Amino acid sequence: MSQPVVDAVDVVKFLGRGAGRVQALKGVSLSLRGGELVLLMGPSGSGKTTLLSILGCLMTPTSGMVRVRGRPVADLDPEGLARIRRDHIGFIFQSYHLFPTLTAEDNVRLALDVRGERAQRKAARDVLGMVGLAHKTRAFPGELSGGEQQRVAIARAIVGKAPAILADEPTGALDAQNGQAIMSLLAGIARDQSRGVLVVTHDPRILPFASRIVHIDDGRIVGEETGSEAKKVSMS
Amino acid sequence: MMPLKFRLAYRNLFHDRLRFIATIVGIIFSIVLVTVQMGLYVGFRRMVTTMIDHSSADLWIMPAGTKCFEDPSLLDDRQRFRALAVEGVADAAPLVIGYAQWRLPSGTTTPVFVVGSELRGSGLRPWNLAGGRIDDLTVPGAVAIDQSYFERLGVSGIGDSAEIRDQKVQVMAVTKGIRSFTTTPYVFAGVDRARSYTGMAANKVSYFLVRVAPGSDVGRVRRQLRDGLPDVEILTAAEFRSRSRSFWLFGTGAGAALFAGALLGFIVGTVIVAQTLYSSTKDHLSEFATLRAIGSSGAYIYLVIILQALLSAVIGFCGAVAISSVVVGMTADSALPIVMTPTMALALFLLTGVMCVASAIAAIVQVMRIDPTTVLAR
Ligand SMILES: Nc1ncnc2c1ncn2[C@@H]1O[C@H](COP(=O)(O)OP(=O)(O)OP(=O)(O)O)[C@@H](O)[C@H]1O
Ligand SMILES: [Mg+2]
Repeated sequence: MSQPVVDAVDVVKFLGRGAGRVQALKGVSLSLRGGELVLLMGPSGSGKTTLLSILGCLMTPTSGMVRVRGRPVADLDPEGLARIRRDHIGFIFQSYHLFPTLTAEDNVRLALDVRGERAQRKAARDVLGMVGLAHKTRAFPGELSGGEQQRVAIARAIVGKAPAILADEPTGALDAQNGQAIMSLLAGIARDQSRGVLVVTHDPRILPFASRIVHIDDGRIVGEETGSEAKKVSMS
Repeated sequence: MMPLKFRLAYRNLFHDRLRFIATIVGIIFSIVLVTVQMGLYVGFRRMVTTMIDHSSADLWIMPAGTKCFEDPSLLDDRQRFRALAVEGVADAAPLVIGYAQWRLPSGTTTPVFVVGSELRGSGLRPWNLAGGRIDDLTVPGAVAIDQSYFERLGVSGIGDSAEIRDQKVQVMAVTKGIRSFTTTPYVFAGVDRARSYTGMAANKVSYFLVRVAPGSDVGRVRRQLRDGLPDVEILTAAEFRSRSRSFWLFGTGAGAALFAGALLGFIVGTVIVAQTLYSSTKDHLSEFATLRAIGSSGAYIYLVIILQALLSAVIGFCGAVAISSVVVGMTADSALPIVMTPTMALALFLLTGVMCVASAIAAIVQVMRIDPTTVLAR
């Protein structure tokens, strides 16, 4: 099996402070390997976003270890973590976080611009085409529907060809057809043996695309199935 | 194609029109204030040395301790011959200066500053003649005045007369643009008449204007003059200029006041820009957090903010230049014109840039503390 693109070992995370302090993760180990599309499922408040953020180096764990391509990131400063995110992670946020003053195309280009990459325009247009927005490249987020905005956010996350794509409910705002298209796009990325995709979702339609399904509840991993089992579950 | 950082910067800036306009107005006013103060300073600096600038003397002989050109001072006329006896001295022209009362034909009086000089040699003669000739001033009682003072002096042109110390004077030459920052009109006359207008004894003068013979060394001539003439100071034109300047600009506090005004303008401008940049950054904080979350370096974000600052600087500077040139034009013929030189314009541009970038510091400090996890909220 290929090596993990990102992995977490015994991760514990406390969030908030004082009386509002919550143990969002209570010792979680999870790895995402190249060539895998992993689904992370669990009830609301179970810690999915928290785990995704820790794997994506947006947050540091209270204890435990996170590695990106085998390299622990614990000793990195904020600038070093930003570099890891820039080079290795494509993050699709639960709320899209587009720049309202920039067009769809420029929003996507931004992910390349922070990496100092050239020829951004063509790459941005290509990826917008892949998410079905070839006709909306010049639209501003305010002129786009929720689903369209979500797809711009997806385009921004994948345009840099990061080895790890971490998606927080990427199909939440999409209709069946677009949801299907996005999932097959993500599944296509995961066919590359050097890249892995981790998707947080409640959407059972996605199950057929999964190579693995991880269940989380109350900050703990409570179960894991392989894709073939999942397909059986979804069919029954 | 415009770099994306730049696009982001100007979109951030223009996003809130009202705030943007307020920023630009703030920058414009502060830079105009600085320009006016600095322009007055430069204008004043030039004005206080006009007389020295327009004399062809290599050396000025004056009583020890003379502070500036206008400082009323007395030398003995006999020293002229001692000066002329020094080898290398081609000419030592007497110059008489002093205040006097000018009686208008209507009977009222107004103070004038009399400059009495020989009309030949190294004397200090009126320049920029708009009417009449220097030679016309050889007529007894002939004076030259500036056309801008006609009304004040109650005359309307060549041939008109008035009185100084009960002596009839007649305007025989008119100059253009010889104005005094003290606003007291200059009256040019011959040496002897100037003595009697100012009440100076016949054997006294204010300065000797020395011209060194071609090929002689000014330094050596000066040393020999010093040996031959005790109790006087001998300054080169450049030294006298800087002494006059330091007296008027710093001895009187005028220069310090102008500098303080400029500094104040700079501080006010910095505070205004800092405050708007800070609040703009605060409004776009979630976007900067998103940038950070998608892996942008700190430098990238700071650059966006600094670009915002520089963009404000450039736009504000252009506005300030437009307004300043109007102000400069309006004061061009006044007693104390505000002067604008290309060097000053460049310095002001750099100053505007520094001001705006300095104001970016508060915004940058704010962004430095940004936590990319804020993108998870909402
Ligand atoms: N900033 C915070 N301060 C305190 N508690 C927090 C904070 N953020 C999240 N939590 C808590 O941590 C737990 C895990 O939150 P998380 O966002 O990871 O859940 P989730 O599985 O993504 O839920 P959802 O499906 O609703 O998005 C929740 O109980 C939540 O209330
Ligand atoms: Mg969540």
